[in-house]
Amino acid sequence: MYRIVKKEKLVKDIDRFYLKAPLIARKVKAGQFVVIRINEDGERIPLTIADYNRSNGIINIVSMRVGKTTALLSSLKEGDSIMDVVGPLGNASEIENFGRVICVGGGVGVAPIFPIARELKKIGNYVISIIGARSKDLLILKEEMKDISDELYICSDDGSIGYHGFVSDFLKEYLEKNLTGNADKRKDIARVIAIGPALMMAAVTRVTEPFNIKTIVSLNSIMVDGTGMCGACRVEVGGKTKFVCVDGPEFDGHQVNFDLLLSRQKTYCEHEKECMDLYKHKCGLLE
Amino acid sequence: MTKKTDKRNIKKEKISRVAMPEQDPEKRKKNFYEVTLGYTEEDALREASRCLQCKNPECIKGCPVEIDIKGFIKLIQEKKFSEALGKIRERNSLPAICGRVCPQEDQCEKVCILGIKDDPVAIGRLERYAADRELKRKAQRLKEYTWSEITKQCAREKIAIIGSGPGGLTCGSELAKLGYRVTIFEALHKPGGVLVYGIPEFRLPKEIVRREIDYVRSLGVKIEINMVMGKILTLDDLFSEGFKAVFIATGAGLPYFMGIPGENLNGVYSANEYLTRSNLMKAYKFPRCDTPIVRGDKVAVVGGGNVAMDSARVAKRLGAKHVYLIYRRSEEEMPARNEEIEHAREEGIEFKLLASPVEIIGKDGWVHKVRCIKMKLREPDDSGRRRPVPIEGSEFNIEVKVVVMAIGQGPNPLLTSTIPRLELTRWGNIKADSATGKTNIEGVFAGGDIVTGAATVILAMGAGKNAAEAIDEYVRTGIW
Ligand SMILES: Cc1cc2nc3c(=O)[nH]c(=O)nc-3n(C[C@H](O)[C@H](O)[C@H](O)COP(=O)(O)OP(=O)(O)OC[C@H]3O[C@@H](n4cnc5c(N)ncnc54)[C@H](O)[C@@H]3O)c2cc1C
Ligand SMILES: Cc1cc2nc3c(=O)[nH]c(=O)nc-3n(C[C@H](O)[C@H](O)[C@H](O)COP(=O)(O)OP(=O)(O)OC[C@H]3O[C@@H](n4cnc5c(N)ncnc54)[C@H](O)[C@@H]3O)c2cc1C
Ligand code: SF4
Ligand code: SF4
Ligand code: FES
Repeated sequence: MYRIVKKEKLVKDIDRFYLKAPLIARKVKAGQFVVIRINEDGERIPLTIADYNRSNGIINIVSMRVGKTTALLSSLKEGDSIMDVVGPLGNASEIENFGRVICVGGGVGVAPIFPIARELKKIGNYVISIIGARSKDLLILKEEMKDISDELYICSDDGSIGYHGFVSDFLKEYLEKNLTGNADKRKDIARVIAIGPALMMAAVTRVTEPFNIKTIVSLNSIMVDGTGMCGACRVEVGGKTKFVCVDGPEFDGHQVNFDLLLSRQKTYCEHEKECMDLYKHKCGLLE
Repeated sequence: MTKKTDKRNIKKEKISRVAMPEQDPEKRKKNFYEVTLGYTEEDALREASRCLQCKNPECIKGCPVEIDIKGFIKLIQEKKFSEALGKIRERNSLPAICGRVCPQEDQCEKVCILGIKDDPVAIGRLERYAADRELKRKAQRLKEYTWSEITKQCAREKIAIIGSGPGGLTCGSELAKLGYRVTIFEALHKPGGVLVYGIPEFRLPKEIVRREIDYVRSLGVKIEINMVMGKILTLDDLFSEGFKAVFIATGAGLPYFMGIPGENLNGVYSANEYLTRSNLMKAYKFPRCDTPIVRGDKVAVVGGGNVAMDSARVAKRLGAKHVYLIYRRSEEEMPARNEEIEHAREEGIEFKLLASPVEIIGKDGWVHKVRCIKMKLREPDDSGRRRPVPIEGSEFNIEVKVVVMAIGQGPNPLLTSTIPRLELTRWGNIKADSATGKTNIEGVFAGGDIVTGAATVILAMGAGKNAAEAIDEYVRTGIW
């Protein structure tokens, strides 16, 4: 059992949980995730380790309510426990001094981009962060991102805060402004790291491709075990089948077959709805 | 099967092998309850009475862990059931499991003297009877020890085991019996390996596995779940935490795909995923349990081993009207246990033999058809195997919604890739001495499917047992 030592509501539908998991806290590196199972009948779902404190043995996860399991998670309170937390899984992000990097986070994807941006900054990169949400009151971790970024840009789909539009649109304008023109004014970008919904990551890779900037994305395929045993998480990268949980979760975005990822993510649409409806019915859930 | 009937009459022995009571196929293909119901006491006594108590019992040599088969059957004959179980447990900590899933026809029963002229003694069924009887009687109120109790009770060194499948469990219980402090580290949330995530409920009830594992725990073995070794702890961590030896029994947990077009369509599963969802995650109870699984009217399963049979029978129970088992050789070559093949047939699994998929054709991202090619068997080659070759132009399509790939599993590299100095075979299996389990690294032993490739429960247990003896010797003497 893994105790929730603290819970914070970040915005509507997104919570941050601090979990006591000393062994995981000791080993985790930015970019890795855990698989959790809340109770005996629960599903195993992956969540990125959004931050960690090695000295007090606490990791934190940021979860957005999208279906049954994340709704159940969000109903848990401080002091409650999660039955299973497995990790740290997946490969760590490549943290090197690349020079100038752009970290793009969309929606709940800002949470996983945070530790990566912070580690990149720590090691000496010039970190440009572009974060976005549907609207102002859904944007998370603005202050945290500000603290660790050299430049921070905010976008919202509805224009209620910052740039009016998608993060990928902003990125495009930013790159056009900074990468074209005469050579000495040009500020080269060594790489872009993008985390968010699959559609957003796909859009970012389309933006960076003509500029030939290496673009890393963190794929969120459906998982079961998270150890390379089942193949549920398979995706196609560079024409080859890869398992996100062990070969990823980060891949070269220009090689990823996003159509396949999007299609596979929808495998259980009907099941998810059925499960959620039953859950709502059972606990007379809010809304 | 014809064998049974003609031989029966020749023999003087009047009693023929006692049949196993089973759930009716029509009923059972709609439920997940156990198919075979187990002997009654009367059945068991009758079957045990067939044993000749040979002076030179061949049967024992056929069992990879050398259970004193003659001895335990004698005890059953004398109605000393607990003693019989005790006799079995001297060599085998998981008898209720082995009695159910061992391929007895290739092992103990294959060499039973009665088998020359008649059907061999049903050793597996008797083993199961002894174990089940005890489990039922006691309702198994075995104690789970706490770490400090274990520390108090055993003075010996700490040994780490990675993987809680039959190999790890056996090695652990043998070492615990010798007084070692054993910790088994398991990646999943339930111990048991393939016994819990792979083999379905209707063939091996999880309650049975749980009780057998309780027994292992009652010996003082500590099991730590949710520990993906290599990630959370490395080999070096284990040694620096004072473990004197490590036994790696991580199994064959890497699903193979065929590499044909369409394999990533929605509705294509590896057998590992299909079975994990339905067994470990109880997807057959969806939506009462949260893990979903795609059900289809028509399901194709590719392969001919136990894994394929299990997948096909799960598909049937999930409500498929047609389940096609596509296998590239003929029934004779099928590696599955005879009993599983028979049961699958009885349940209406449709065998498409001498056929192999060449493509999975999709529609809107979902499986729509499997395109297969017919195969023929070549004359046996030097190795004596008849190789299947495709018949040109013989392609045909089968319409299905779900395809399950059960064409084999390889060694999962998750742990081994974190130990670069560990010697592996070309296929990624750990190189280990077959008698002792010793690897090329001092203090590190390995056994079971991770060494041999996908094999059997009892072979993994045999490897665990051998390794336990070798570990004991190594830790006592310090000689590698
Ligand atoms: C490596 C990785 C890291 C992730 N990190 C985070 C994170 O930090 N915060 C966060 O809010 N979300 C994260 N996700 C997504 C999160 O796992 C899903 O939102 C969650 O599984 C949804 O479960 P549900 O039952 O609430 O919703 P459902 O109603 O079951 O599903 C909603 C959608 O979530 C996806 N999904 C469903 N089941 C799974 C599953 N078993 N595994 C993965 N995806 C699934 C599907 O695309 C589905 O359409 C991550 C996913 C991956 C693969
Ligand atoms: C569907 C199916 C049906 C079968 N039917 C039969 C049958 O009827 N009869 C028979 O004799 N055999 C059968 N087999 C084969 C048999 O189950 C295996 O040969 C046997 O289980 C191998 O035992 P093992 O201990 O080597 O590994 P496994 O049982 O595979 O156990 C390995 C364990 O190690 C864990 N692990 C892996 N990596 C790590 C890590 N890094 N850290 C921690 N833990 C880890 C895994 O989660 C797993 O629990 C079947 C196999 C399958 C898949
Ligand atoms: S363990 Fe298996 S091989 Fe050995 S006696 Fe029992 S059924 Fe036979
Ligand atoms: S070989 Fe057969 S008949 Fe002889 S002791 Fe063994 S089980 Fe009994
Ligand atoms: S989640 Fe099972 S292999 Fe990746």
